[in-house]
Amino acid sequence: MSHHLLEFKDVRFRYPDGTEALKGVSFLITHGESVGIVGANGAGKSTLLLHMNGHLLPTSGAVTVGEVPLRKETRKEIRGKVGVVFQNPDDQLFMPTVFDDVAFGPLNLGLPPDRVRERVYEALRQVNALALVDKPPHHLSGGQKSAVAIATVMAMKPDILVMDEPAASLDPKSRRSVIHLLNSFAHSKIVASHDLDLILDVCVRCLVIRDGAIVADGPAPEILSDAMLLAENNLELPLTLQGRPGKEGTRQ
Amino acid sequence: MSFEAAYSGIGRLDRLSYRDTVVHRLDPRAKVVATMLFAVGVVSFPRYEVLSLLPFFLFPVLIGALGDIPAGFIARKVVAVSPFAVFVGIFNPLFDPGVVAIAPGVSVSAGWVSFASILVKFALTISAALLLIATTSFPGICRGLRRLGFPALFVSQLLFLYRYLFVLMEEAMRVARARDMRSFGKNGAGVRVFVRIVGTLFLRTVERAERIYGAMLARGFRGDVPSMRTETFRPSDAFFVLAAGCFFAVCRFVPVPQVIGRLVRGVVG
Repeated sequence: MSHHLLEFKDVRFRYPDGTEALKGVSFLITHGESVGIVGANGAGKSTLLLHMNGHLLPTSGAVTVGEVPLRKETRKEIRGKVGVVFQNPDDQLFMPTVFDDVAFGPLNLGLPPDRVRERVYEALRQVNALALVDKPPHHLSGGQKSAVAIATVMAMKPDILVMDEPAASLDPKSRRSVIHLLNSFAHSKIVASHDLDLILDVCVRCLVIRDGAIVADGPAPEILSDAMLLAENNLELPLTLQGRPGKEGTRQ
Repeated sequence: MSFEAAYSGIGRLDRLSYRDTVVHRLDPRAKVVATMLFAVGVVSFPRYEVLSLLPFFLFPVLIGALGDIPAGFIARKVVAVSPFAVFVGIFNPLFDPGVVAIAPGVSVSAGWVSFASILVKFALTISAALLLIATTSFPGICRGLRRLGFPALFVSQLLFLYRYLFVLMEEAMRVARARDMRSFGKNGAGVRVFVRIVGTLFLRTVERAERIYGAMLARGFRGDVPSMRTETFRPSDAFFVLAAGCFFAVCRFVPVPQVIGRLVRGVVG
């Protein structure tokens, strides 16, 4: 089980309209690592995430998941290994009830009905949303939607969990429970977010991306306390590392 | 009716389907088939028929009563969409001046009779369709259709229509609110703004559809939306379809009001 690797080798991607969104990205994420991806708006974070399960294929360069190189033919296999939670839960939850939605992935994996049911209940228990099992998604609150969206991916038991802004627009308590949830997930996880405190709480390593290239890669506490680097990327020190306003030295 | 009222009406229809009554427990397939038979029966009457249609009202009334669906709510919904039927039939009295006797000594123009027939047929079919949704839930109907052999593509389109109707309406509501807040009572300068809003909503919808499709692919979508519900078609469901079918057949082929009239006259005379 030590093959939960994710490797990008000089990945370049150009959108059909000519925008070059990734300009040679390389990194290796090993088994069990938790990696934050930060950067300004439009730096290429989302494009990067869309490469991780083959939604986009690199224009040049290589993406490898486990031992499998990402190609058109291997996309299905890779999608079973890499679970992506998209930013807007309304895009993620498309089935009429929470149960059907969480069961969607496992059913498509071809599991027998009783195993599917097991997976659904297990995933919903993990995200503390068991009570919502029969609700339709449009009757859920924002925090509940996020939790269920995570469960839909957890139910597929991916080796690598990829999340785009998992806690955006959540109230502080829901955000905290998402953080606990992420910390309880033992496999590799990759989190793209502007919520640097969340990255600091969840991730050991941090990548900074700017203009489609990686400009910094290192331990999260080190990167996220580098005020200069963060400022260059339209970011700020995480609130927990900022002095309180009113007390001495609000910012370095 | 304002947009927000329409929206909450659909939400209510949705919540009614969570109830647990005899009607709600019937297999969706049974209810779909019965409602289809009902619609066929009603629509197949000739255009000057009004009285013979009336016994059909027993079906929606029974379903509504047994399913614990508030009659007023359904009636308001029927009235809300009735302009369509009114426009279809409104010119009949003008174009069809023939005279029909409806009772001894009373005669009206044939156009009015066919107009009334259209309205009655409309009220019957729409109330039956609304009751079907209120007692089965929209996803339930889709499952029923799928298992009756309707194509997967068609059924998944219906499912997404239902799921994203709420999202689209909320989005439209937010845009309309933003417009109202900055239009100072002038109703957003009319048609031109409205057209642009519709355009924006359309573009957003296309983008959203792309993201949803991405999310579906990420979870192994291969063209058919899988479902795990295993409703079993019980004897009671078969009985329901059979009883409903017989009732419709009787109403269709036996002139029930006339028979009742003859019976009454027989008893009195």
